Amino acid sequence: MLRLLPALTLLVMLGPVIAGLWGTVLPAFGHLPAAGLSGPTLDPFRMLFDWQGLGAASRLSLITGLIATLLSLIIVAFITAGWSGTRSFRVLERLLSPLLSVPHAAAAFGLAFLIMPSGWIARLISPTLTRWDRPPDVLILQDPLGLAMIAGLVIKEVPFLLLMTIAAMGQAQPRRSLRVAQALGYGRLSGWLKTVFPRVYSQIRLPIYVVLAYSMSVVDVAVILGPSTPPTLSVQIVKWMSDPDLSMRLTGAAAALWQLALVVCALGLWWLGERLVGRWGRHWIASGRRGQFDAPICIVSLGLGALSAGAVLFGIFGLIVWSFAGFWSFPNVWPDTFTLRSWDRHGPNALATLGETFLVAGIVVGLALALVLGCLEAEHRSGRSLSRRGLWLMYLPLLVPQTAFLPGLQTLLLNVGADIGRLPVIFAHLVFVLPYVFLSLGDPWRSWDVRLATVANALGASPNRIFWQVRLPMLTRPILTSVAVGIAVSVGQYLATLLIGGGRVSTLTTEAMALASGGDRRAIGVYGLMQTFAALVPFTLALLIPTLLWRNRRGLHE
Amino acid sequence: MNKGLILRDLCILRDELPLIEVDYDIKPGEVLTVMGPSGVGKSTLLAFITGTLPSVFRGMGTVILNGEDITMRPPHKRRIGILFQDDLLFPHMSVGANLAFGIPAGGSMSSRGGTIDAALVDVGLGGYSDRDPATLSGGQKARVALVRMLLSDPNALLLDEAFSRLDAELRAQVRDLVFRVAKERELPVLMVTHDAEDAKAAGGKIIELESLSKG
Repeated sequence: MLRLLPALTLLVMLGPVIAGLWGTVLPAFGHLPAAGLSGPTLDPFRMLFDWQGLGAASRLSLITGLIATLLSLIIVAFITAGWSGTRSFRVLERLLSPLLSVPHAAAAFGLAFLIMPSGWIARLISPTLTRWDRPPDVLILQDPLGLAMIAGLVIKEVPFLLLMTIAAMGQAQPRRSLRVAQALGYGRLSGWLKTVFPRVYSQIRLPIYVVLAYSMSVVDVAVILGPSTPPTLSVQIVKWMSDPDLSMRLTGAAAALWQLALVVCALGLWWLGERLVGRWGRHWIASGRRGQFDAPICIVSLGLGALSAGAVLFGIFGLIVWSFAGFWSFPNVWPDTFTLRSWDRHGPNALATLGETFLVAGIVVGLALALVLGCLEAEHRSGRSLSRRGLWLMYLPLLVPQTAFLPGLQTLLLNVGADIGRLPVIFAHLVFVLPYVFLSLGDPWRSWDVRLATVANALGASPNRIFWQVRLPMLTRPILTSVAVGIAVSVGQYLATLLIGGGRVSTLTTEAMALASGGDRRAIGVYGLMQTFAALVPFTLALLIPTLLWRNRRGLHE
Repeated sequence: MNKGLILRDLCILRDELPLIEVDYDIKPGEVLTVMGPSGVGKSTLLAFITGTLPSVFRGMGTVILNGEDITMRPPHKRRIGILFQDDLLFPHMSVGANLAFGIPAGGSMSSRGGTIDAALVDVGLGGYSDRDPATLSGGQKARVALVRMLLSDPNALLLDEAFSRLDAELRAQVRDLVFRVAKERELPVLMVTHDAEDAKAAGGKIIELESLSKG
């Protein structure tokens, strides 16, 4: 049984991706039995290329994705280079780790409330600096260049990449290399970039690819912060896929394949960029230059990191204030009155939705945890650890753009007449939750001292007894953390819930997104907060429970 | 019945190259010391005997304990106790729970509790049953680890640099305690160490391992 688990896990994780891609390919070539259409024909692609907005939408996806990823990476690399090991770095790390769990949509709403023409920043500087006594008529949100969208992506990807980098540094022994570099006369920043960064980068490559693929195909952030005429390609795909005219799905499917090609291109471009930067870096190292702009770069990077953390934190604070705001005239910094009316009106429904959200997340994470623990235990007992190829397979569902396979999965379910509802949504969420649970639990699981198992064996304990009575309890903390990560991922799922649930499953994310076009900031405040709450509470519990459970066991808190 | 631990033509290979070879009968109460520089594969020899050889190695030969061939037995059915240089007490269990983990199942809770209390008194740790292992001193932890191993009623004892983390004075104390108990219980002991003092105190045969595969 245990030996079959790795294969079963791969099936659960990759099955829907492959099926979804197949379900995209068929209608892209004109085959859609549900609408009485059968192919093969190239008409869907003709329709796609006839669409006026295709060039702009594709460019937008490509450029926002590449810039957001590059910017996040640069900020993270410079912060880590300039500050790792210092107190400021630890403060920033502690600030950023909870931000990781804030759903993308909530962070994007929060950012929107800050930067929009009637947002907090405009209010703070008005009318003293600007002489605005009404919100200025400038397109800050949903700007045609996608700058707001890039900012929304960066504030969420910086915490992710930073934590991945910190995890990767554990193996690279950065302190010793840095000390040697400093003894040879290198500054902190250039010393770190020359000696530690190459090793760290090879560890965080896959997460960076994930960020790139995600940023290019994200839907919720693009709806909230991205331009609308034309929108990004992924948003347009979702529009086509939810059109009541079923034949529009053909165009949508063709566009989904186009999106997949774009992501593959972008990954290729990035890979090429890696070679170029690598070559230039080797030259830079060989040149022996000691670095001249270390200090200003360090300060600027820390500033950008703090700005990114601050944007999320103040954004969430903005959600809180809006959810309690009564009348709020411009340019007042605070609402004229505070009221509970928004909570009275939206609270009950939001609470019911919270129940549904947790129900789905709970089942998904329960399944994911069982599969992951089974795989890790099978790995331990067989003595064969995950290969490099295995790791790529783990990342695969995160590298294929969601918009390329989720619409196909939906079409496929439609074709076979499967009941659309909670169960398919659970399996769709599992595709995204499994890799994250596996990746967050894998390292602590493997770094457990196996001599404890040898000792327990020598005491006559069977492998099962060791698993349940020794290893699991000792790893309570990382297990609960991975549960919290899984819940946060499930709570944040927008497209998987929207498309696969067919509108019949509503979670906090889909409800909040449904409010996006309406612009009712008080309602958005309520739902955005509930969404953040749903993702943050599990993290708090994951910190609290082991502390309470093992309060008399000092050996587990080191 | 042939009491004792017999290592018959043991050979451990890595990448098809022999790493260690041992052929020796350890009689009850006898201590066989295996010495050699680090990296020579001393711990690998013990891993083969406990049945936990990592998959990159391959072991050949036969391990016979009290007349029974245990070479192919699963690790938890071999009844061979092992002590490492770290105490490896389970950090989530109290001292008493650690000991209870090792006692074979059966008997009433109160008789098991009595066994634990008596065993703790024997090593001068009476009343420590409810303590958190992390609050004990190094010497106390080493004694608890020894008691835990003995309560599981092993038929042989392996020592993997078991005393190397203790300071000189404590080291002699714990070492004498282990050897005395092994002698009383007539356990065959296989000790791996790089410390000549340990070897001298054991007073038995010493095998010096050399690296068979150089480089």
